Amino acid sequence: MFFFKREKYDNCVIQKAARLVGQYAVKAIVLLPAVLVCLPVFLLVTGAVADAAELSSRLSPLLSEESGFIHWKIVPDYPTFAHYGKLLFMTPQFFILFWNSVKMTFGILAGQLLVGVPAAWAFAVYQARGGRMLFGLYVVLMLLPFQVLMLSDYLVLHDLGMLNTQGAVVIPAVFATMPVFITYGGFRGIPVQLIEAARIDGAGEWRIFCMIGLPLGKSGIMSAMVLGFLEYWNMMEQPMAFLEDKALWPLSLYLPQITWEQAGAAFAASVIMLIPSVFVFLWGQEHLEQGIIYSGLKE
Amino acid sequence: MTKQGNRHHKQYHSVKQNKNRRCFLLFAAPSLLGTAVFVLLPFLDVAGRSFRTVITGRFAGLENYRTVFTNQAFALAVGNTLRFTLVCIPLLVVIGLAVAVPVSRMRGAGTVKSLYLFPMALPTAAVVIVWKMVFYRGGFLNLLLTRLGELAGAWGEVRFDYLGGGASFWVLVFSYIWKNTGYTVILWLAGIQGIPTELSEAAYVDGATRRQCFFRVVLPNLKGSLYTIVILSFLNSFKIYREAYLVAGSYPQKDMYLLQHLFSNWFVNLEFDKMAAATVCVGLFLFAVIMLLQWLWDRKDI
Repeated sequence: MFFFKREKYDNCVIQKAARLVGQYAVKAIVLLPAVLVCLPVFLLVTGAVADAAELSSRLSPLLSEESGFIHWKIVPDYPTFAHYGKLLFMTPQFFILFWNSVKMTFGILAGQLLVGVPAAWAFAVYQARGGRMLFGLYVVLMLLPFQVLMLSDYLVLHDLGMLNTQGAVVIPAVFATMPVFITYGGFRGIPVQLIEAARIDGAGEWRIFCMIGLPLGKSGIMSAMVLGFLEYWNMMEQPMAFLEDKALWPLSLYLPQITWEQAGAAFAASVIMLIPSVFVFLWGQEHLEQGIIYSGLKE
Repeated sequence: MTKQGNRHHKQYHSVKQNKNRRCFLLFAAPSLLGTAVFVLLPFLDVAGRSFRTVITGRFAGLENYRTVFTNQAFALAVGNTLRFTLVCIPLLVVIGLAVAVPVSRMRGAGTVKSLYLFPMALPTAAVVIVWKMVFYRGGFLNLLLTRLGELAGAWGEVRFDYLGGGASFWVLVFSYIWKNTGYTVILWLAGIQGIPTELSEAAYVDGATRRQCFFRVVLPNLKGSLYTIVILSFLNSFKIYREAYLVAGSYPQKDMYLLQHLFSNWFVNLEFDKMAAATVCVGLFLFAVIMLLQWLWDRKDI
């Protein structure tokens, strides 16, 4: 009897331990890749403060055919801010490129606010005939990759004489349908009764949009903006196709032009470039998640 | 309802309809106009050009289409792009779900979610510098493999160039999964959390095991999420061009040559006739895929 009891007890402990180990194992399996995900930032940040000579000795085995490997140090032997200093204080071109990125990104976002948000409101609130079909069209356009739209964009930009100006990158993106779709998701959450009540109280449609739509649909609008920022800060295809003049390029296109001989500068420029988007990410993560969920909603 | 009442009713409705239409147009006008001018009309122009020669503008019938379909580069690019999407999307869907299910049961899931989403915030140009440090001959991956080999005493130095040959395709796959797992997890999580807890509770009461509950209750309810994840992953799969271009330029070796490379190169070389025909084909194909997915989802909507 005793023996049986004992075994039962043992089993219970083993099971409990197994479950505990299992839980931690799952946690570890889920967390490990998540940590790996952040390694690139670590490499860039630590590489950017290493001395040029040190970097070249570390990186030289990278491309060699024979032997040796890249090696890395968390704290460099000769820490220096020279790369940052050179970029920020002695390379005016860098500022121009950074400013180009800022101008184009915010130009696009401002345009999307002005054009896309009212359109999303129209689709969400007014059930006009043909509205659903138009919305279906918007969804399809949202899903078409840039390459399919490249030639048509080029033709219209050519006709308008906008090629090789930053407008060529900004204007087509202003009319992208993705932000309309995401903002629409936010507006859909507003109860119809609220809008009806405002109408009965005599509010005009514009007033309803400003006083009810904008405040209550804020999460949708913010989501579209955060997703948009991360997308356009990283934009490459459009400027590559429509901007010949390198002085008009955004940072995202300039960065890859830096060679391995100037690895320090490349690291520092990468860090500077990812600061704004990491900032937006940390500040707007809630909106980002909400935006992803809105982007997945079906009409 | 009396005749008169009926008429009043109808009148009221048509007034409301009119007002709705007017307001709709007022609010949507800038966007509709922009879409018409910048997307729809030029797209018609492209469709028209696909039947003409590029220099003389002479009507050429289906000549451009014939050129495109017999073009070897086009066949290669379509093949690679299809292979890429067919490998990546199922992989991404499964990995996303495999992460989302434990995370949905976890306390403090916020941190895990942020970590997985973080790659979305990293500019591709910066990431590619790191990939080069990892995947070149003397990079971190070979370093790791060599050390592992020394430890096990099984193999010597590994000096494989992942970015040079057929392996580069898998580097792209890795990069895509790395970047896109985060939002897939978010979408799966939203789907899982949208399932009423009563459903799984009822299943447990009826004696279902955890596994049964997952396969019989949770999974069937996630069909809607699957649809949106597939659609959005498909959309994002075209953006892998950035990585491919930054790693290997406009003319990479043939395992990495994607439809996006082909379009860019035709564009740079001003081969607009071929490009127009290919644009129409790819556009129609994508439209058909989107419609098919939507139809599949609508058919047995839960």
